[in-house]
Amino acid sequence: MSAPTTSSTVAGSRFRAAHEADWTRLDALLARAERRSVRALDDDDLLALPLLYRTALSSLASARATSLDRSLIIYLEQLCARAYFQLYGPAEPAAAQVIRFFRHDWPAAVRGLWRETLAALVLTLAGVIAGYLLVRGEASWFYGLVPDGLAGGRAPGASAATLRATLHPKDEQGMLAVFAAFLFTHNAQIAIFSFALGIAFGVPTALLIAYNGLSLGAMMAVFAGRGVGVEFAQWLAIHGTTELFAVILAGAAGFRIGAALAFPGRQARLDAALDAGRAGATVMLGTVLMLAVAGLLEGIGRQTIDGGNARALIGVVMLGAWLLYFYLPRSRDDAR
Amino acid sequence: MTRAEPRNLRRRLVTPEGVDLGVELGGAGARATAYGLDLLMMLLILVVGSAAMAYLLRPRAAEPMAILWLLGAFALRNGWFILFELGVRGATPGKRALGLRVIARDGVRLTGSAIVARNAVREVEVFLPLTFLIMQAGAQRADAWLAIAALGWSAIFLLFPLFNRDRLRMGDVLAGTWVVRDERRPLGSDLAAASTSRRFTEETLDLYGEYELHALEEVLRAGHGTRLSIVASAIRAKAGLADDGDDAAFLADYYAALCARLERRRVLGRSVADKWQGRG
Repeated sequence: MSAPTTSSTVAGSRFRAAHEADWTRLDALLARAERRSVRALDDDDLLALPLLYRTALSSLASARATSLDRSLIIYLEQLCARAYFQLYGPAEPAAAQVIRFFRHDWPAAVRGLWRETLAALVLTLAGVIAGYLLVRGEASWFYGLVPDGLAGGRAPGASAATLRATLHPKDEQGMLAVFAAFLFTHNAQIAIFSFALGIAFGVPTALLIAYNGLSLGAMMAVFAGRGVGVEFAQWLAIHGTTELFAVILAGAAGFRIGAALAFPGRQARLDAALDAGRAGATVMLGTVLMLAVAGLLEGIGRQTIDGGNARALIGVVMLGAWLLYFYLPRSRDDAR
Repeated sequence: MTRAEPRNLRRRLVTPEGVDLGVELGGAGARATAYGLDLLMMLLILVVGSAAMAYLLRPRAAEPMAILWLLGAFALRNGWFILFELGVRGATPGKRALGLRVIARDGVRLTGSAIVARNAVREVEVFLPLTFLIMQAGAQRADAWLAIAALGWSAIFLLFPLFNRDRLRMGDVLAGTWVVRDERRPLGSDLAAASTSRRFTEETLDLYGEYELHALEEVLRAGHGTRLSIVASAIRAKAGLADDGDDAAFLADYYAALCARLERRRVLGRSVADKWQGRG
């Protein structure tokens, strides 16, 4: 047998002759879809895309088995991978994802974290009590527990009138909105940190949560010491119930990750981390939204509503609404 | 999930049709470069945006500008990676420039929560120690130990991808994602279709296997003059052929003939991996 080397005996050449037009068309379609989105294709092209993808895929499978043309195989691999990502990659439309997040994913993820949420709540309360007792016992603790930027004139030495004035701002209403925006971005960043710090086995998350409780307790001690404790609680409640709940949930997400990494249980560590990471991320994304709501309540609600009872009422209603939204048992049919 | 990952960067990605697409993981250098590019672009947008806002809004109230800036900076810092990676291309502009994309490790579609998880962790890997350092430096309180601790923290997480075979960041571990190469390659010309004026005997074609064929393909596609002549003279010497002076054409013909022969042997179930096996 003396090697008759006409081009048709080489598998790669036969493949190219038979299917190269299809590949080129698929390539062109993908390039257009990648530049904008799949919606850039018209109906004919959309219908052709899966067929062309399967043609390329079967070319790849047989080329791997029979052809030694490596350039052809590498080309087909990247072509098929690109087509695969176009066909199987993008999830449902953005609107559907958002609806599912609010209807199912977010509350379900929060419910799934109930143990960690309780732990974060206990830690916060312990921080509040410790902060309160520390500052009532020795006022100078206050400066160690509350950062200067957030204290804003509320210090242990201040009179009841000064303290009351910080609760009912009259003159600097404009800057209050800026302060609310600052607090939102600051708190949202803290929420993201307390989720992500779970990777250090949740220890920094616990410190953050406890510290949050401590500074709150210290603040309460200052106000309670001057007899304006109730007014402070009302002032805090309007946005504080939402904000504290959000911080506790973000902490719970961090605890979940830390626990999954440290004690994966029956699962492989990598699988446990994955489940915890995705559930935690859903909760964390939700807490950023909660903090935005808290920011709105603080920036708008607190300026327009000055009555103590009205403020407290809004705070309690918000807390009740969050609790109902997250923990109210619901039918299984809106599960995935 | 497979436990025995190979040492190279190639990983299986089996489509529902049952074909392994064989994705290749992004190298550490490319990913670091992409990250640097993204940071640079974010910084540029921040600077230009701030300057534009200051210029446009200065005459009016400073207050809405401050709010807008705070929210804009927050959205830029946290939204850049998430929004771009949620897109069709699954890549930030930096990753796109380097030919990378993010996919789910199990090959199914990428969820929003996975993208959020992988990028929220980035905050802690890099931004947290950095902001901590800057804050301390601003307050004139920076001390050496703090700086070392912050840099050490970052170093652990920045170098983390180098210590596992899948090049996973801590964020990838939590999100179940990995970063793969996503490049457009043109289809190279058909080397085997070259006109074959030369004939080769079976003995001269049995000298080499598929490994050598692929090496020859690389040489031919590179088309580097001196390399061509070195390879051509090596083959001629081994096969005992006379030098006809046209190295490129000789190699093209030899490639076509060798390719046809090896493919035929492969179809008959007697594939030849390399020249050592060919001798047996």
